[in-house]
Amino acid sequence: MANPTMGLTLLEGAPSFGVEAFDSQPLFPSAQWQMCHPFEGEAPVECANLPAVWSDVWITNHILMAIIGAALAILFWLIVSHKPKVVPSKRQWAGEYLYNMLRNGIAREIIGEGYQKFVPWLVALFSFIIINNLFGSFFLVMFPTFSVIGFAWGLALLSWLLYNIVGIRQHGFFKYVKHMIVPGDVPGPLLILIIPLEFLSNFIIRPITLGLRLFANLFAGHLLIMIFVVGGSWLLLSSEQIPIYNIAGGLSLAISFGLFALELLVAYLQAYIFTVLTAQYVASAKAETH
Amino acid sequence: MYPLEGTGPLGPLLPEHMSEFVVGIVLFFIVFLVIWKIVVPRFETMYAERADEIRGGIERAEEAQAQAEAALAKYNARLAAADDEAAEIRDAAKATGAAIEAEARTKAEQEAARIVHSARVQVDAERAAAVDELRKDVGLMATTLAGRILGETLDDDARVIRTVDAFIASLDEETAKK
Repeated sequence: MANPTMGLTLLEGAPSFGVEAFDSQPLFPSAQWQMCHPFEGEAPVECANLPAVWSDVWITNHILMAIIGAALAILFWLIVSHKPKVVPSKRQWAGEYLYNMLRNGIAREIIGEGYQKFVPWLVALFSFIIINNLFGSFFLVMFPTFSVIGFAWGLALLSWLLYNIVGIRQHGFFKYVKHMIVPGDVPGPLLILIIPLEFLSNFIIRPITLGLRLFANLFAGHLLIMIFVVGGSWLLLSSEQIPIYNIAGGLSLAISFGLFALELLVAYLQAYIFTVLTAQYVASAKAETH
Repeated sequence: MYPLEGTGPLGPLLPEHMSEFVVGIVLFFIVFLVIWKIVVPRFETMYAERADEIRGGIERAEEAQAQAEAALAKYNARLAAADDEAAEIRDAAKATGAAIEAEARTKAEQEAARIVHSARVQVDAERAAAVDELRKDVGLMATTLAGRILGETLDDDARVIRTVDAFIASLDEETAKK
């Protein structure tokens, strides 16, 4: 496989694994895929115009991770909610704690009246995102699923559909659009400026920022960890006769621990923000006044 | 294909495969369905039960309190009634005592009066008898004395009695004058 760019090749001869995690790799590569992704040193083959084999696209490492993440989310909730008692066990208490945070802390707090309908959505959203994010700091996987932007766009689209459908069902199509793009108490001439801005902000920027924020945080975080861990270990084990390489390598490995802690925080924070913003958008679509 | 290099004008911001986009949405819906149909109902049912239990507990406590208050009120009422009754009994006893005392006093007074009266009657009778006897004796002695003095026997009883009566009458007149 040819060396990826993005600056990591600054270190001549540094291993390129890690960066490859961003590559989608089929679990059962077809002959065509193997031919188009030659090992390092072999000559690349021009494959751009070949039709993809379905299993190379639909059964990949990232998709498997997402499936495992979803399965873990489901498993977690089924276990903690198994035969709930009025006086909770420790297992149930843990689940209740998280559930309460999402139900009361986010759904009820932000959406207000009629929030119960949205609790399942927000719970699913939060747990699906946070588990996939935590994959980034979890051995065996060591890669946050949402640093592959396809997944992030998928969830952003769902949130966009959710709040728009809620708004349309609440107000009717035209009233909803008016509600979203014409704020009250704005003097006439300013409307010329406000309406396009509101339209952009509420219908276009919102889903884009949702998806981008999630993707970029995890993508950048994972890149950072990779640089410090892969680069650090390469420097540490460097056989060159410059001791500063080894010192720098050890240092960057030490720093990577801090970065992992930071990534744990980011994993939680991004899941939380995505959920809160979705709730916020639903609330603004439902609201009677602007 | 290297996603870090990107494939189009948007670079890494376009999904490498549409499969990721689709699978992400489908997986989310699966998680959502399970949570919607199973997990949330479980928690909500349990919350409802918990709320019921707490509410039931409060109701039971309120009921117990109401019962306790009722019992206390009843007890107090009985106590008051008993107090009243005791006071009544005491008053009645006092009244009875007073009545008995008054009756006894009256009886004693009556008895005393009766005793005094009968004593007086007896004294009067004895006095009268004494007076009679004295009168008789005095008359006899006086006539005897007079006869001795006069030397004549006053045998004529009728005359004697007349003389004595006249004398006594004159005595009575003198006493009355006095």
